Amino acid sequence: MGETSMMTDEGVEQSKLLAIKRGSFAGFPIFLGYLPIAIAYGVLAQQSGLTTFETTMMSVLVFAGAAQFMAANMFAQGAMLVQIVIATFVLNFRHFIMSMSFINKVREFPMRWKFGLTLGLTDETFAVSSLNGHEAKKEHSTFYFLALILIAYIGWVFGSFLGAILGDALPATLSDSMGIALYAMFIGLLVPSIKKEWRVGIIAVAAMGVNYVLMNILAVEVGWAIVISTILASLLGIVVMKEDEA
Amino acid sequence: MIIATIIGMAIVTMVPRFIPAFIMEKVQLRPWLNRWLNAIPFAALGALIFPSILTVIPDQPWIGLAGGLIAVVIALFNVNVIFAVLGAIATVFLLTF
Repeated sequence: MGETSMMTDEGVEQSKLLAIKRGSFAGFPIFLGYLPIAIAYGVLAQQSGLTTFETTMMSVLVFAGAAQFMAANMFAQGAMLVQIVIATFVLNFRHFIMSMSFINKVREFPMRWKFGLTLGLTDETFAVSSLNGHEAKKEHSTFYFLALILIAYIGWVFGSFLGAILGDALPATLSDSMGIALYAMFIGLLVPSIKKEWRVGIIAVAAMGVNYVLMNILAVEVGWAIVISTILASLLGIVVMKEDEA
Repeated sequence: MIIATIIGMAIVTMVPRFIPAFIMEKVQLRPWLNRWLNAIPFAALGALIFPSILTVIPDQPWIGLAGGLIAVVIALFNVNVIFAVLGAIATVFLLTF
């Protein structure tokens, strides 16, 4: 899928401002998807006994949705620091695998940029960045990825703060319906890629199958289940992927 | 205590995120490795979507599935992902209303 775009993107000139604009545009769906979920997190954290400051600071410092929901639940149940920290490590370890893949796309970036950008990797920023991986060849592309990640980050932090101060103001059916937002975004990213190159569909479906077995049959913890199924299915990529798919 | 826990969570989340920036410097890029790394986003997307999408509305897995299928149909038209998101939210909202 990447052949033509890679050739044409090589060294494409763009101003810093244009890179920032285009990155923000790419990150905007994440911003919208994050808002309702962050609000729901803020409400839950508040109900678990966290102050508005603590609720917001967790989003500022951790920036990982699923882990923050889990932590809020564990705080409510009176879990200890060590338990919450270990559970967070397990749940977020998948970002290690994602970061390797992301770094491979931005190899040419200076180290301080690579370091800074990886701190903002979530499932969503990783997915959108990866599917726009060809952008890395363009001029000022560091700012493209920075803007993409920052707009998502702002949505997450701002939404958490809103949830903490609003409390339970959002009607339950509406907030329940919004639980599908990020899954729909993942689908919206995956389907066009499969349409362009059916091989990536094999990898995604294999990951779904392995993950189903791990989670629903073997009852593996969700964090490890995602790590294991991502690694196994992507190894299949060594055989089925063509060289320059990005 | 809560702040200490949050700082602990931040550290164990940040370290796995940035370590690859340093280790990938030392890794020689081989074609098979490149193919593996390029496959990761698609494997991760698959694993993130399924089976967790079935738990959007607990005990009613078919609602999450229906929202997902609507998102697939919308995404087939190559429109901005926003439309897949809005379509799926509307579907789940109507089914739970």
